[in-house]
Amino acid sequence: MKFKILFAFLLALGIISCKTGPLKPAEIEGKRIAIDESIAPNTSIENFIKPYSQHINKTLDSVLAYNPTNLNKSDGELNTALGNLMADIIMVQVNPVFKSRTGKEIDLVLLNHGGIRAAVGMGPVNARTAYSLMPFENEVVIVELTGNKINEMLSYLESNRTAHPLSGIKIKVDRNYQIIEATINEEKIDPEKTYFVATSDYLQQGGDNMIFFKDPVNFYNTDYKIRNTIIDYFQKVDTLKTKRDNRYIKIQ
Amino acid sequence: MKRRNFIQQTAATGAFIGLGGLSLSFSENYKKHITILHTNDVHSHIEPLSQNDPRNPNMGGVARRATLIEKIRNENPNILLLDAGDIFQGTPFFNFYGGELEFKLMSKLKYDASTIGNHDFDNGIDGLYAQLPHADFDFISSNYDFTNTVMNEHVLPHRIFKKDGVRIGIFGLGVELKGLVNAHLYKETKYLDPVEIATDMSRILKEDKKCDIVICLSHLGHSYKSDKISDVKLAAATENIDLIIGGHTHTFLEKPEIHINKSGKKVLINQVGCYGIYLGRIDFYLDKDNNISGDGRSISV
Repeated sequence: MKFKILFAFLLALGIISCKTGPLKPAEIEGKRIAIDESIAPNTSIENFIKPYSQHINKTLDSVLAYNPTNLNKSDGELNTALGNLMADIIMVQVNPVFKSRTGKEIDLVLLNHGGIRAAVGMGPVNARTAYSLMPFENEVVIVELTGNKINEMLSYLESNRTAHPLSGIKIKVDRNYQIIEATINEEKIDPEKTYFVATSDYLQQGGDNMIFFKDPVNFYNTDYKIRNTIIDYFQKVDTLKTKRDNRYIKIQ
Repeated sequence: MKRRNFIQQTAATGAFIGLGGLSLSFSENYKKHITILHTNDVHSHIEPLSQNDPRNPNMGGVARRATLIEKIRNENPNILLLDAGDIFQGTPFFNFYGGELEFKLMSKLKYDASTIGNHDFDNGIDGLYAQLPHADFDFISSNYDFTNTVMNEHVLPHRIFKKDGVRIGIFGLGVELKGLVNAHLYKETKYLDPVEIATDMSRILKEDKKCDIVICLSHLGHSYKSDKISDVKLAAATENIDLIIGGHTHTFLEKPEIHINKSGKKVLINQVGCYGIYLGRIDFYLDKDNNISGDGRSISV
């Protein structure tokens, strides 16, 4: 017994002497720490941030235009004043760019209703308004679609029955949302023709199941962010003029 | 192998008997303490969330994070401060300054390293490159091949940090960019298989470079319903990783998860949601003796 203890003691000494062996994590503790108001902010960091945030706030909050009515995305069944404004802005802002680059013109614009991220209250509008309407970085893309693909798009709208923002197309549906008449540039859709449709890169890539945007005849990037089309438009006009109209309506 | 275990166990018992009451303080003296602090998916949230935020009102904020990290540094100087990617995109700070302020602040907080998230490509790979002069910390990514891009030679496949004599090996994994980021943004960045890369990297760090702790900074995402590679799948498919610090899925883990790796050992996975609302903290206590539990470690989470 005595020998055994001595042996153990010698072994222990051996361990102490050869401390160059590899270290191993023996105990590990893990947790998360909430960053909340109980932690006082570091003032030098706060002061460093201040000029950046002041510049941002000044820019975002400077008035660009005036909105005379309360706009929200639920004020109509198949078209809304706010959705019409967004689709029309894309047409007005992007068409000149597209035309100057390609010599072609945009025939219609289609966005998604879910992409309208905020309401716009009556009063002054600023860049912050554009950020809340469109917080994402999505860009406008243009696809050249065959008339058949446009008809697929119409079938999508028939079953979707939602006020997706549209511009450049007029659609009348019956009480069961089946299309009675659809015209682009005052003409019926020609399956032999192709059409230039502006939308967001998100939708073109299959967002909201808009699969008719896949495999277009031609595809054009514009490098123009949707949010920037809105900001540029606000800068251009004094007063926002938009209303619910007859571009996409149900005939009772 | 069994014989070796037996000898180790005997030795450990022997040490205990031999030193009697002294053994506790003895082992405490020999423990080294490394603290890993981490964030992920901060997404340009420099100021706290607004008072009206529906989920996390008035949470987060870099100035508060700075105070907290400073306090922990005062308690234990042996700290690594890490980020698992998606530093960029989410507030006008990014839209206005392109990530400059995010990198400057992370440098002021003395971040040691970050991996690269998909949103860090949002201003294109050139936009990321343009902000590098503001980053006083390393970018570590092992499965993005940047050879034919401007980021070539500005990203490390792994790095070994030494703290109090402890070797901590870090490698990084990014999510597949195709379908997630427009190709014109990431250009010729090549995505390599995370499991293969992780297997190589963790073996190199643990075996060749003799690291005591191996950490994977991952932007793969915590887990998916599909077959997509995730931190949970990675943990099970590899060995030699001690800790996976995750991101991408904005998963709010209340505490780190313990998973079992390919060779039956424990791996920790942690992820702290997003927007700098939480700081993750993992404390490693190291000992020369591998004698706490079956695989040599006790984990309390």
